[in-house]
Amino acid sequence: MALTGIAIFKLLPKKNCGECGVPTCLAFAMNLAAGKAELSACPYVSEEAKAQLQEASAPPIRIVTIGTGERAFKVGGETVMFRHEKRFENPPGIALLIKDNMDNTEVDARLARFKQLQYERVGLTLRPELIAIKNESGDNGKFVEIINKIKSSSDCGIILMSDNTDNLAAGLQVCAERKPLLYAATNDNLQKIIDLVKKTPAPVVVKGSNLDEVADLTTKLTAAGINDLIIDSGAKEIKRAFEDQIIIRSAALNKKFRPLGFPTIVFPFDMTADPMKEAIYASIFVAKYGGIIVLSDFQGESLFPLLVERLNIYTDPQRPLATTEGIYEIGKPDDKSPVLITSNFSLTYFLVSGYIETSKVSAYLMVKDTEGLSVMTAWAAGKFVADVIAPFVKKSNVWEKVTHRKLIIPGYAAAESGGLEEELPDWQILIGPRDGAHIPAFLKNWKA
Amino acid sequence: MALDIPRTTYSGKIKEITLGKGSKAVTVGGETSYPLYLFEGTMPHLPRIAMEVWDYAPDDWPEAALEPFADVINDPVAWARKCVSNYGAEIICLQLMSIDPNGMSRDADEAAQVVKKVSDALDVPLIVWGTANHDKDVEVLRRVGELCQDKNLIIAPVEEGDYKKIGAIAIAYKHTLIASSPIDINLAKQLNILLGNLGVPDNLLIIDPTVSCIGYGLEYAYSVMERIRMAALTQQDEKLQFPIICNISKEVWKSKEAKLTKEENPEMGDAKKRGILLEAMSATALLLAGADILVMRHPDAIKLVRETITELTSV
Ligand code: SF4
Repeated sequence: MALTGIAIFKLLPKKNCGECGVPTCLAFAMNLAAGKAELSACPYVSEEAKAQLQEASAPPIRIVTIGTGERAFKVGGETVMFRHEKRFENPPGIALLIKDNMDNTEVDARLARFKQLQYERVGLTLRPELIAIKNESGDNGKFVEIINKIKSSSDCGIILMSDNTDNLAAGLQVCAERKPLLYAATNDNLQKIIDLVKKTPAPVVVKGSNLDEVADLTTKLTAAGINDLIIDSGAKEIKRAFEDQIIIRSAALNKKFRPLGFPTIVFPFDMTADPMKEAIYASIFVAKYGGIIVLSDFQGESLFPLLVERLNIYTDPQRPLATTEGIYEIGKPDDKSPVLITSNFSLTYFLVSGYIETSKVSAYLMVKDTEGLSVMTAWAAGKFVADVIAPFVKKSNVWEKVTHRKLIIPGYAAAESGGLEEELPDWQILIGPRDGAHIPAFLKNWKA
Repeated sequence: MALDIPRTTYSGKIKEITLGKGSKAVTVGGETSYPLYLFEGTMPHLPRIAMEVWDYAPDDWPEAALEPFADVINDPVAWARKCVSNYGAEIICLQLMSIDPNGMSRDADEAAQVVKKVSDALDVPLIVWGTANHDKDVEVLRRVGELCQDKNLIIAPVEEGDYKKIGAIAIAYKHTLIASSPIDINLAKQLNILLGNLGVPDNLLIIDPTVSCIGYGLEYAYSVMERIRMAALTQQDEKLQFPIICNISKEVWKSKEAKLTKEENPEMGDAKKRGILLEAMSATALLLAGADILVMRHPDAIKLVRETITELTSV
């Protein structure tokens, strides 16, 4: 909710002293409105004006950070309802549930899965961020014990869940330096939570039985100076939870309704007992506005698709993901293996490498930087033509990797084969299929 | 604190299209709000799932996808019947994989005879999906159109390169058309305009925006569909007010991730469940973006998505 230059100007001291770097308060106000100046550059602005300006310039959905250091997890800050309008900013956190009454073997297995289940894709590591520790036992000592265990075993973000505010306080003392998320402030414990967080700052989940109640609670907490909030709308069925996510986002963005201007947390396992269904529900929240998604357990078969879906939905629509230029080994290629070349649009890379894998023929896949364009578009734009492919092949060390001199180019770049044979006189240029799906059939006939 | 629930202002409505004929005909479309935003509008017909049948025994399906159909995989008629009787399919989508000129390249007459047999064996609506090769599709779908003239088939894909010929077949024999465009809202609109000018009535048209699965460009299809719905419902773009079909299972099950075994990659978990979830999650994302018909394969994935639709629309 940006203010206009004039609105900002009204709040400035009007001394026109120039200490902010521009000659007049008005000029400074215009720069502030355009985001080209920082309010702190004016030494004379009143505290009251500062508060008003900060309030007005705050993002409509607050950014909340859980954890510290390298693995600090940031959520919120969204500015649009639909990803094509700009982009979704901060991907939802995926959290693993661990209860303090689980036996040691189970806890260890869960911690091991939390670490092991991560995946490399487009040069990124896809992995979950958070562990939700639940005080299921109701026992203070058990809660503290398991928090200590998890804290020392992982640098993950931590969510502390207890119905008992004293236990929550004890838990917070054990890991306050990790800036855990507290679950949850409700109508019943509000004052206790305010006192606790005033003493030891930490982000807090606000849980209501409906959105009106949530708005009430967040208003009270912000009035008490506690602003790092996350919303649990309390929905226990998928339909209401889905609708709540949309209403919360829309109220914050379209109505500038501050009491709902916070990221959310959801618990799909409260809505179904079937792990497969839970995964489907989680996938709904990845697309539709979940902030933190807590899962009852992690298994590769559900976590992997979920993390990839998240990557897809949170990709900047203006900047498609690109694969790094280079030579990729598919399978276990040797000096007789085929060499294929393609563009660095990440989808192209996935498709082509996937089809090579399916063919069971090990190969070298050369990926040329085409600024993230697909083969066809890159070729049309002159970014995947003989003049750029030839130098790339020459400079690479593919010469040393294979003894043959055969280069397979995509069918869509067939027109470049003449130019390439001229510029790479030692090489024989083979024209591959247009459609990646035909790569396996093509490679079946490969002979070095 | 009473929340004033924000509501989108809608000015358009998706057209209602009836597929097939008789007591098993299925109507789709009719939405007056964004997908499943039932607090803002209505969805008189729930999104439907069309079960996929191939016109020859596939040789590249992973075990998990093959298993439920192992006994019928060589017989498209038995396969389609099994989908209806065992899995409650309300629509069948016969994928004419055999006609691909780069593959088996079965000739038009032979391919059309198979369609005829399947069509005669079914009373649920039948979608017949070609191979996206213009010449071959025109040849095959013309034969199919003639042979099954009183069947009210749903014919796909119709593309800018062949819309005149395939459009003419549909008009002549009263089949419904699926207009396919390559993940682009403007091209989708343009093709619908061309088909309209050709004389294809509005009640015989469905949009195929071209979709991909999780990990292979899901986000492109997702956003194009959201934009199509936005234009149709809030900007009165009449040429986009059609139901949307997503031929998704084919994309999922040919991906590497749906084929890897657990032994090859333990971090990716159980192969069967992973395949099912990749299919069901991809379909669910497309459902949220505006799918009216999802073409799906695995019975367990279908069950998950069908239940989810019911749960998201229950009162
Ligand atoms: S420093 Fe402050 S008071 Fe001085 S000109 Fe700048 S804005 Fe005005």
